[in-house]
Amino acid sequence: MAALPKRIIKETERLVADPVPGINATPHEDNLRYFDVTIHGPASSPYEEGIFRLELFLPEDYPMSPPKIRFLTKIYHPNIDKLGRICLDVLKTNWSPALQIRTILLSIQALLGAPNPEDPLANDVAQRWKEDEKAAIETAREWTRTHATV
Amino acid sequence: MSDDDFMSDEDFNDESLEETDSEFEDETYDDDRYLKYDKPQRKSYEVEFRVYSDSQIQKAQAEQIEEVSNILGLPSEQCAVLMRHFKWQKERLIEQYLNSQEEVLGAAGLDTNAARTLKIEKVKGFMCDICCNDENGLETFALRCDHRYCVECYTVYLEQKIKEEGESGRIQCPCEGCSTLVDSKAIKLLAPKSVSDRYQVLLNRTYVDDKDNLRWCPAPNCEYAVDCAIGPKQLTTIVPTVVCSCGHHFCFGCGLNDHQPCPCALVKKWIKKCEDDSETANWISANTKECPKCLATIEKNGGCNHMTCRKCKHEFCWVCMGPWSEHGTSWYNCNRFEEKAGVDARDHQAKSRASLERYLHYYNRYANHEQSAKLDKDLYLKTEKKMTLLQSQSGMSWIEVQYLDSASKVLQQCRQTLKWTYAFAFYLERNNLTHIFEDNQKDLEMAVETLSELFERPVEQLASLKVEMMDKTAYVNNRRIILLDDTAKGLLEDKWNFTVDLN
Repeated sequence: MAALPKRIIKETERLVADPVPGINATPHEDNLRYFDVTIHGPASSPYEEGIFRLELFLPEDYPMSPPKIRFLTKIYHPNIDKLGRICLDVLKTNWSPALQIRTILLSIQALLGAPNPEDPLANDVAQRWKEDEKAAIETAREWTRTHATV
Repeated sequence: MSDDDFMSDEDFNDESLEETDSEFEDETYDDDRYLKYDKPQRKSYEVEFRVYSDSQIQKAQAEQIEEVSNILGLPSEQCAVLMRHFKWQKERLIEQYLNSQEEVLGAAGLDTNAARTLKIEKVKGFMCDICCNDENGLETFALRCDHRYCVECYTVYLEQKIKEEGESGRIQCPCEGCSTLVDSKAIKLLAPKSVSDRYQVLLNRTYVDDKDNLRWCPAPNCEYAVDCAIGPKQLTTIVPTVVCSCGHHFCFGCGLNDHQPCPCALVKKWIKKCEDDSETANWISANTKECPKCLATIEKNGGCNHMTCRKCKHEFCWVCMGPWSEHGTSWYNCNRFEEKAGVDARDHQAKSRASLERYLHYYNRYANHEQSAKLDKDLYLKTEKKMTLLQSQSGMSWIEVQYLDSASKVLQQCRQTLKWTYAFAFYLERNNLTHIFEDNQKDLEMAVETLSELFERPVEQLASLKVEMMDKTAYVNNRRIILLDDTAKGLLEDKWNFTVDLN
């Protein structure tokens, strides 16, 4: 593999030296473009007290293209599907090379705090979210307890 | 029949002479930018259009931008951004700009701080947020929003946007959430020539895409655009076929190949139906029968003729379709063809098959002409060869054998028309008008087949057939005109009753 770009080195250093509260990203020793990520569910959301594991990969042309991110922990959320893929504008069309791993992970944390059933990825979840929000939130809480607590 | 033809021929000419309202428009467009002028007299199925070349489109844009630039007193690259933002509606732009300058500039992604000129600079102590490079003497660039990045990152960013994503008029500053647009001056400054050329091409396209009265010629590698005033709402009453300077005939409404006389809405429905149904319908028709009781479609994949429907448990005979109970002991050997129950069952089945057969009737004829159209290319090559051969055999000149070429062209055009008459007919409700249409269709088809047959004769005979072929060619062309004129007028006057809604 080609030498790691300065940008990735700097970002990694900063992630370690000055971590974001509730978010942890550590690169693999054998592949510095591959990160293990954990995100704490935001307070007063159904994901509160859950710790969600994600994987993050920086493609060859990062930061011109966005990082590839996926939830590894099962989660009940209208914008996250069964495979853990995330529907988030900044990961797709609204990506900007000035965005960073840190900002993207913060956006994902914010998405947990504010689900958007109007722009769903998991249709069944979004449907339920719209029809019976209370029950949907309860399921999300239940899933958090079963899958996202150690 | 031929008397009748004569009559309608004259009728038609009279009527087309009356149609003079198009000339008024012609004069207002007296401009050397246009490549092609309409024939002064339009037939009822023809529409008015112009063909523009790439450079004419660029010139037209530049002129409009220049004009606005003079009025608003802004640099032309900013005016270009504004014009694109307003989809080239000059008056609206000027009006709104004069009302609230700042708002308009902001909404279009321009910064009001226009005083500073954009240039590549070296800034002390700068670190690029994209590559994290902080070497001394790093060349940097920022738009008016002052989000500064190194030139290398900027260039890669623009290349990605232009070459990979095909963007042009809406490329924003790389900073997240910043909506300042990258204008053509910045592109020229930063991007290599191949990228800025591509940018120009893409930008040119947005002009055509933004304007409802312009459309690119869909032929491969053709760079002309066609200007035609027919809007989407008129498509139920007219089929706007236009001819590009590259020779491609296409519909201005939907961009598909010429599909006169069939309106766009029917074409869309028909193509979808054909994609969905044709093969399936053919297979069903060839391989299955329906249960006489519940009409479930059944494929017999082996075994005896004593069928028991899986769905309704009805027992019947596969051969005569009558109930099995009447078959007594003559199993596997149905000889009860005349029995009433069996006849009824077959009647019933015949009815349910009728609609399928109706569709297949039209589809097969449509597909047949489509197949012929696919052979067009061969036909053309064959024509050329025949023309050369004929010259050497009969001592005729190149000009004298041109009748073969015109015959082949007319043949191709008529097959295209015929093809779509079948889609048109499929959706047509039967009434007296349908008879006229079908007669026209039949006449055209017969004429086409006769000409086609003449065309296929051995080369030795062709020289002596010259007059006959020229006559036939003219006749076939006339039949086509009559058919198209009849259908186009019907559409315009809303005379046709279709089995589906056109809107």
